Amino acid sequence: MGLLSSIKKGMGGEEQQMPPTSPPAQTEEARREERATPDRIRVGHVHLCGCTGCVVALTDIYQGLFKVLDDYVDWVYGTTIADVRRIPEMDVALVEGAVCLQDHEQIQDLRTTRLQSKLVVAIGSCACTGNILRFSRGGQVNQPQHESFAPISDLVDVDVHIPTCAPTPQQIRNTIVMAYLLLKGTDDQKALAGRWLKPMMDLARTPFYQKASFNTLMQEVINQGLCMGCGTCAASCPVRAISMEFGKPNGTRDLCINCGACYAQCPRSFFDHDLMEQHESIMELIQGAMAPK
Amino acid sequence: MVLTLGNYRQVLAARTTDKEILKNAQDGGIVTALFAYALENDIIDGAIVAGPGQLPWQGMPMVAMNRQELLAAQKTKYNISPNMKLLKEATRSFGLEKVGFVGVPCMLQGLRKAQVYPIAMRDVPDKIALVLGIFCMEVFPYQSMVQLVEDHTNQKLESVSKMEIGKGKFTVCTERCAVTAIPLKVTHKYEQPGCHVCLDYVANLSDISSGSVGTPDGWSTVFVRTKKGEAVWNGAVAEGWFETQPIEQVKPGLDLVTKLATEKITKNKKTLEERAALGVGKGLRNPYLST
Ligand SMILES: Cc1cc2nc3c(=O)[nH]c(=O)nc-3n(C[C@H](O)[C@H](O)[C@H](O)COP(=O)(O)OP(=O)(O)OC[C@H]3O[C@@H](n4cnc5c(N)ncnc54)[C@H](O)[C@@H]3O)c2cc1C
Ligand code: SF4
Ligand code: SF4
Ligand code: SF4
Repeated sequence: MGLLSSIKKGMGGEEQQMPPTSPPAQTEEARREERATPDRIRVGHVHLCGCTGCVVALTDIYQGLFKVLDDYVDWVYGTTIADVRRIPEMDVALVEGAVCLQDHEQIQDLRTTRLQSKLVVAIGSCACTGNILRFSRGGQVNQPQHESFAPISDLVDVDVHIPTCAPTPQQIRNTIVMAYLLLKGTDDQKALAGRWLKPMMDLARTPFYQKASFNTLMQEVINQGLCMGCGTCAASCPVRAISMEFGKPNGTRDLCINCGACYAQCPRSFFDHDLMEQHESIMELIQGAMAPK
Repeated sequence: MVLTLGNYRQVLAARTTDKEILKNAQDGGIVTALFAYALENDIIDGAIVAGPGQLPWQGMPMVAMNRQELLAAQKTKYNISPNMKLLKEATRSFGLEKVGFVGVPCMLQGLRKAQVYPIAMRDVPDKIALVLGIFCMEVFPYQSMVQLVEDHTNQKLESVSKMEIGKGKFTVCTERCAVTAIPLKVTHKYEQPGCHVCLDYVANLSDISSGSVGTPDGWSTVFVRTKKGEAVWNGAVAEGWFETQPIEQVKPGLDLVTKLATEKITKNKKTLEERAALGVGKGLRNPYLST
């Protein structure tokens, strides 16, 4: 079942007819030609100062990745997955890693990415918040002068955040499905995708979030009188820096790597009642979209 | 728009037919019986519940893997049990592929957000198999509960056998059947502040939710909400785990549930507005994108 038809089904509409598949192409060149259909979105992965964990998380969608590459996405750039030298025009650029302010080539890549992409998605906390690279003071072999690493939003406007270290395959999957719907869907699908993406877009534009740490949770949730002790933050922390003491989060700040996961996942950072009331159909929709043919 | 009673497919009055479960249940034993049924039928591998903590009546999240552990976690703890804390851990150290979960409405907001936006919940969203909700007006920090029980009702927390909120009172029963009740107007100031912005009373985001309000003592009001929840509920009823009555035939019925839900949501929406205008031209944050 194709994505669009599964969405229609999920929303109570009719199932759409699958377009007839063309006969297998002869040459590599011809096959590439055939794959560039207007229904796919052009996606690339731009690698700055990251550990490659983010792109590994993408491949951890497993069979889902084949589904994505078969039906929804033309993978147009990425040093790990596609062999392309120049940053092309993209619908969605997934940018992994913080930007090193002493690496001029990298800054140029980031600028080109922004200028040539419709949506810039910061994937992983190094790109979103600086993450562990915030602790860098330089001095490492090869390039000891590389000492300042900033979240990409310090230099360019970012449209969507996929925080956490490493980002989860499921959040990457959901973002790809929603980005596809936003660009290629019907009006209803665009509305749903826009609604889903909104908080992830807000995070990308929130100055305090770009400096996130456990303190962000403290200042924006607990100090605001909003925490109700659910424990989601403790489950979210990749380095187990958060424990729950008498129903409230306690952060061991020496352990915190500034990933921003606790704040983003907390139900009192952002929550959309209307959207969440549809949780069952949204999950069915995503699972339907990713189901193998 | 915030829904008063949420989406649901069935609402009814019910209590479990399992005598052992009913004996120690807070109300109709719905939560424990549903998990016991789901464990027996391989719908879940284990369930995150509020088990006993180190201190008397302290709610402490635990993963119950069998009937005995479910029974040990029965009854309402009127203090915060951060059940979401174990959600990821249940799929890791405990190795659960099919997770059961019970929580008050706010925890289910955390849980559904973890499914729809699994930002930091790797491999968790697709393993959530059964989500039970319990109604909730407010919760108390542990120390508030100590003060209410020991200072206001003059009972030792260790000797308490049950606490209950209902009919306008906070009631404490001891093992020797001494019953003390205080009016809720005394308890309000001890509530957890985060509860005052909470816009859900009857666990709208659960698969199945239940609470005491609306039905006679020893019974529960049950909302069956999702497709998944309905399959589980119908299966359990068909196997004879519950006796049921139409909600229209019991007193005080759904009207009271609606009234309390409306009161909670209205009051807390007002709190959100007051917070937003707390300062001079400035105020506190509203976490909700739609209310
Ligand atoms: C803080 C709080 C406030 C409540 N307020 C209302 C109310 O205003 N109106 C109403 O009708 N009902 C309310 N309830 C629900 C009610 O008290 C019963 O929990 C519910 O009816 C389930 O009873 P049962 O016999 O089906 O469950 P049982 O078989 O007794 O099992 C109860 C289950 O709930 C879990 N649990 C107990 N305490 C907590 C906790 N603090 N957090 C998460 N899980 C917990 C237990 O681990 C157990 O699994 C409230 C519950 C709580 C925890
Ligand atoms: S996730 Fe948010 S509301 Fe829940 S305990 Fe942590 S800070 Fe509090
Ligand atoms: S406390 Fe943990 S989850 Fe929160 S920002 Fe620090 S490392 Fe990330
Ligand atoms: S009132 Fe709301 S925030 Fe408070 S414990 Fe109950 S469900 Fe959670």
